[in-house]
Amino acid sequence: MNTDLTSRILSDPKYHELKAKRSRFGWWLTLAMMVVYYGFILLVAFNKPFLSQRLGDGVMTMGIPIGFGVIVFTVAITAYYVQRANSEFDDLTEAIAKAALK
Amino acid sequence: MSRLFLPPLARRALTLAALFGVSIAALSAGADLGQAEKQPTNWTAIGMFGAFVVMTMFITKWAAGRTKSAADFYTAGGGITGFQNGLAIAGDYMSAASFLGISAAVMVSGFDGLIYSIGFLVGWPVITFLMAERLRNLGKFTFADVAAFRFEQKPVRIFAASGTLVVVAFYLIAQMVGAGQLIKLLFGLQYWIAVVIVGALMMVYVLFGGMTATTWVQIIKACLLLGGATFMAFMVLWNFGFSPEAMFAKAVQIKTVLATGKTADEAAAIGQSIMGPGNFVKDPISAVSFGMALMFGTAGLPHILMRFFTVPSAKEARKSVMWATGWIGYFYLLTFIIGFGAITFVLTNPQFLDATGGLLGGGNMAAIHLANAVGGNVFLGFISAVAFATILAVVAGLTLSGASAVSHDIYATVVKKGKADSASELKVSRLTTVALGVVAVALGILFEKQNIAFMVSLAFAIAASANFPVLFMSVLWKDCTTRGAVIGGFLGLASSVLLTIVSPSVWEATLGNPKGSALFPYASPALFSMTIGFVGIWLFSILDRSARAAQDRAGFLAQQVRSETGIGALGASGH
Repeated sequence: MNTDLTSRILSDPKYHELKAKRSRFGWWLTLAMMVVYYGFILLVAFNKPFLSQRLGDGVMTMGIPIGFGVIVFTVAITAYYVQRANSEFDDLTEAIAKAALK
Repeated sequence: MSRLFLPPLARRALTLAALFGVSIAALSAGADLGQAEKQPTNWTAIGMFGAFVVMTMFITKWAAGRTKSAADFYTAGGGITGFQNGLAIAGDYMSAASFLGISAAVMVSGFDGLIYSIGFLVGWPVITFLMAERLRNLGKFTFADVAAFRFEQKPVRIFAASGTLVVVAFYLIAQMVGAGQLIKLLFGLQYWIAVVIVGALMMVYVLFGGMTATTWVQIIKACLLLGGATFMAFMVLWNFGFSPEAMFAKAVQIKTVLATGKTADEAAAIGQSIMGPGNFVKDPISAVSFGMALMFGTAGLPHILMRFFTVPSAKEARKSVMWATGWIGYFYLLTFIIGFGAITFVLTNPQFLDATGGLLGGGNMAAIHLANAVGGNVFLGFISAVAFATILAVVAGLTLSGASAVSHDIYATVVKKGKADSASELKVSRLTTVALGVVAVALGILFEKQNIAFMVSLAFAIAASANFPVLFMSVLWKDCTTRGAVIGGFLGLASSVLLTIVSPSVWEATLGNPKGSALFPYASPALFSMTIGFVGIWLFSILDRSARAAQDRAGFLAQQVRSETGIGALGASGH
């Protein structure tokens, strides 16, 4: 890639918009994932009785839906990111490429 | 009572180090070795495995016709779709051992098995948000292409190749030993024959079919494994009228009945204990450190990173991780149900138990016996064949990534200074593949009787402490320099290896030193060695006042433009 192309992209406000938006979005979701996972691990480490308490009369405990919830959350948050990146961010990228390569 | 199924040492290894991929097979290989007795020859399983081999040979033949350049060999010419690549990545991750090991862990301790599987899964979103598309936009064949993008090629490539080969070596030994033990169990073949078969078939796939064959073998195996596991989980739930509560209640009741020699209240408590966290997490530091190794190690595994270069665009790279995360998450839900199914169908059936109440063939056989219980002998053969195919596919991917580190990073970039032609680079990768295959078989045989449970956890810890920090900082931190990346990377590599050696699972369990003598008390070094890696990169970068450092920093903006937009990388795979 030549420096001319780089400086043209760098002067495009859309590039800075893309960078800022995606970076903010990515870090917030990373933080959310960390909070959920390490929250779960710390719950396991510090508050086992909470996870072992029964729901209702059966043998079902709090831990099972929470554990399954972490798995579902992990898949859902990934899908959420990919969905936004593949539409909004890719449209922006395309616009930047069009402007820079014309 | 769970000690019936795993001896104390194995339980310890399980708690401390295990359950990454193959490490449960490693249990059967190492501490659990006494239980890995040879089974009668299973002709149904061998026949089904034969059918798999024949099918994959046709694929390899087809792939060989398309493998003409180094790009075809390393990345299947970039012609894999996001959906296909997602299945292949999931396949790399769903090793035989994570299938057999996690379902066995759920059978033994219930909820604790779920904690392990969650740890495996949570690295994927982080890879998606921060790494996947940037990797695709910057890289060509190996993760070193990304790590060395704006740096002096030689030192960074040497570091990246070392990181790759060390991770691949430990992972490969664990897989080979696991394969030998597992096949001895499932097929009734001799250990060394099993290891040689795995080595020979893997070499054929990689040598002739390159990444195209390796990917398709992985995709087929992923479909077979997901299909088989779905059937088993379906049959288990069907038997309980699709009521999870009924399944859990039955499992708790069986665990209560099996808790002999206790008062009624104690037995009831033991039964109910499978529904909540048990002994897995002892101290919070081990728990967090272990979680970090899993979460960030995934983002530093060379054979996984390599898959991001097989798709044509950043969009497809994102789709791959989304599919991979979905399949892997689904797979772990299935293994949880399969583990509980094993409690209700296997532990109550004397057909599957030995005289002491342990599982025939060892603790890892939970899912295999369940296959027999819900699907009869033919389905048992099918699941056994899938387990063998799984190891084969994972080993092929590992070998390919090791070979590319030697031929692309060392030979083409360091030795030939980027001027190697595609044909000679391809020749070097094939020679390396043969060498790695021979070494893998030799090490597999050499380590037969060793406790290798720590090896996969070590591979994850190294990937998290050496490969990941260098990759992360070089892509995202503008002041990172060649010197910082190389010194910090090697510090992370060395500290993760050293801390693992002086941790209880190696110092005491493997080297046989007295209990309590290990210098490093925690289960995983990642919390500390990752910190050392990151601080090393930061410190040696900001102290770096050389001319090269100025050049490294000046290169950041151009690198960032390409990593964010992919402009200049579009169609990079076609180079």
